[in-house]
Amino acid sequence: MLDVFMLSRIQFAANITFHILFPTITIALCWLLLFFKLRYDRTGNTAWMAAYRFWVKIFALSFALGVVSGITMSFQFGTNWPGYMETVGNIAGPLLGYEVLTAFFLEATFLGIMLYGSNRVSNRLHTVATALVAVGTSLSAFWILALNSWMQTPAGFEMRDGVAYPLDWVAIIFNPSMPYRVTHVLLASGLTAAFLVAGISAYRLLKGDSSSEVQLTLKTGAYLAAILIPIQIFVGDIHGLNTLKHQPAKVAAMEGVWHTETAVPLQLFALPNEKTQTNDYSISIPRGASWILTHHGDGEIQGLNEFAGEHPPVMPVFWGFRIMVGVGLLMLLVSWSCSLQLWRRGKIAPLWQRALVAMTFSGWLATLAGWYVTEIGRQPFLVYGLLKTADAVTSTASGNVLFTAITYVLLYIVLIVAFLHTLFYLARKAVSNDLEPLATTAKEAKL
Amino acid sequence: MSGEAYWLPVIFVVLMGVAILIYAVLDGFDLGVGVLLPMGKPEYRNIMIASIGPFWDANETWLVLAVGLLLIAFPSAHSAVLGYLYLPAFFLLFGLILRGVAFDFRAKAHADYQNRWDRCFKAGSIIASMAQGYMLGIYVTGFSGGVLAIGFGLLSAVCVTAAYAFIGACWLILKSEGDVQRWAAKRAKLTAILMIIGVMVVSGVNPLMSTEVFDKWFSLPQAFLLLLIPLLCAILFVTLFMYLRHFPYNNDFGHWVPFSCAVGVFILCFLALAYSYFPYIVPGKLSIWDAASAPESLRFILYGAAVVLPSIMAYTIFMYRIFRGKAQALSYY
Repeated sequence: MLDVFMLSRIQFAANITFHILFPTITIALCWLLLFFKLRYDRTGNTAWMAAYRFWVKIFALSFALGVVSGITMSFQFGTNWPGYMETVGNIAGPLLGYEVLTAFFLEATFLGIMLYGSNRVSNRLHTVATALVAVGTSLSAFWILALNSWMQTPAGFEMRDGVAYPLDWVAIIFNPSMPYRVTHVLLASGLTAAFLVAGISAYRLLKGDSSSEVQLTLKTGAYLAAILIPIQIFVGDIHGLNTLKHQPAKVAAMEGVWHTETAVPLQLFALPNEKTQTNDYSISIPRGASWILTHHGDGEIQGLNEFAGEHPPVMPVFWGFRIMVGVGLLMLLVSWSCSLQLWRRGKIAPLWQRALVAMTFSGWLATLAGWYVTEIGRQPFLVYGLLKTADAVTSTASGNVLFTAITYVLLYIVLIVAFLHTLFYLARKAVSNDLEPLATTAKEAKL
Repeated sequence: MSGEAYWLPVIFVVLMGVAILIYAVLDGFDLGVGVLLPMGKPEYRNIMIASIGPFWDANETWLVLAVGLLLIAFPSAHSAVLGYLYLPAFFLLFGLILRGVAFDFRAKAHADYQNRWDRCFKAGSIIASMAQGYMLGIYVTGFSGGVLAIGFGLLSAVCVTAAYAFIGACWLILKSEGDVQRWAAKRAKLTAILMIIGVMVVSGVNPLMSTEVFDKWFSLPQAFLLLLIPLLCAILFVTLFMYLRHFPYNNDFGHWVPFSCAVGVFILCFLALAYSYFPYIVPGKLSIWDAASAPESLRFILYGAAVVLPSIMAYTIFMYRIFRGKAQALSYY
């Protein structure tokens, strides 16, 4: 039987898994919308405005799903993890507060103008509203990631009677892992939105919609992905080095290093075995991990044996990392191939269009895998080295938590299905709208 | 206790109170519109939802701010209150999720599904309103537990839902015309009566729950001054009923009167509750000074709030001005 602790973890994991899907889309998609709008303002090409109108619907839907699941999290800190706020509330509170004050109101208010205001305000103000929503979503990411990074690499505080007190807010906000994490997550959002836009555009193209709107968004998505993915791989590498410095146990789990050693091989495939402390069925590249992590073939890497009883579960961290990297490499292949074809011939071969459709949600997959690595990799701590997750949990009856956890999970499944269903419905509807004028002209020609 | 250790918690509880009041008024009317949504009159629904379209998201942010301020300034109260209210908080969130997404899905999903999403929107609005009412009721009883408290919580759930439906109907009188407006006026009368009953019951039970609250209200000389609250409340309701009796008027005369009365009543009820419990944050158990976070944290957030809150107010007013006048069918983009 699961206890309150495990149920609360499952519930929070379900909640944050569901939640992160939508900000990951909206943070970057809003900047893309601003780009569409500015292109329209500059060129007067109505295809850009058509792109704006199509994608703003998907933005609004994603935004709503992100808002409601985000509110849920602000309550769950209190309902399920009272020890969290009681121990580090002095730090976490103001960071969350600044997120609400500087980001939430800005985005929620100007979203109204962005969505419904275009016939009530000037075109310029409408563009400004779009820009402010984009700024708001990015600011929101900044604050929440500052807090998350602080939980990974706490700094700028002192403990008095088991409670954290702030000493230096600059050190708290710009804690050691924060610049890397913020960059990594913002790029992940860019890639998620790029593949979403490219994938849905390719889907519309395959359904016979060859409007110039689809051509423009396909190009925008493919080129953006091709530009961002090498930067992301580079940033991911230095983020990993930063983690090695501050959270060596997490890196040891990512690479499946059970015992401290030199010339560590890179595991391409393995099933980490916690009982025997070995990697079963391992396929590896000699010295690979040492090369990547120490940039030296004989480099030493600390093993999990040095963190006995205080290291994260190895399997999910190990595989989460491999899925993230694998999807990243696929992104590189698909985006570069498609961009090259677009650049050379101005169009993408049907097979690669299908590849783009298949990659529509690759950003979600990579983001979730990466998020699992960083969050599970922090266990058994909630705040690294400071507060264990088990010590923060509620004393509410487990029946209550069982009930709420099951209901949340079911609700989230229904909503994901509804979201995907609506997304492709909107795409098909746009196709038939774009094809209709053609059909009418064809009829008229017959008459 | 003196200096900032005394004043910072006071400032923050006032800020939090203002956030709760603004939330109750603003999200109150859009929840209320959801509660009233007539499933039998599809032609009314589009205009009703259009009347809250640009606003609901920002309105709900005031709840995030209120809970945020509780969490920032009074972390142990945040844990205590939400711990007591584990299940009602869940129902509140469930309702908010349902209505928030239904609002967007209804306009984008296939037309065949629109009825279903509208039903979700209405159900979500009712669940969220009732959960808030229930939480208020349990809070007023000081989390004492027992059958009586649960019964009172349920009564409070119905009354708060009626109050939201009432302010929602008043909002519709302001924002709509023709059939919808006349329909809303009828709803306003009905829900106002329910709300009056609710307010009277809560006012009766509230002082009986604790001697402290009783003494605050019924000792002289302040009792004379406090008498103003129920008196003003009565005046507002009388004005409302006199206005609604001859509704509708030519040229939409005074279409702002019901909503103004509703806002006035909300403010008065809020003041009465705040007066009853100050300086407690968990009635009878935890004062704002017991629960406050470290002064260095409160100071840090206060500097920001002093700059940001006025600009939030400014652009919120700006947005309401942009969308002033009667609601039109939403042109979506």
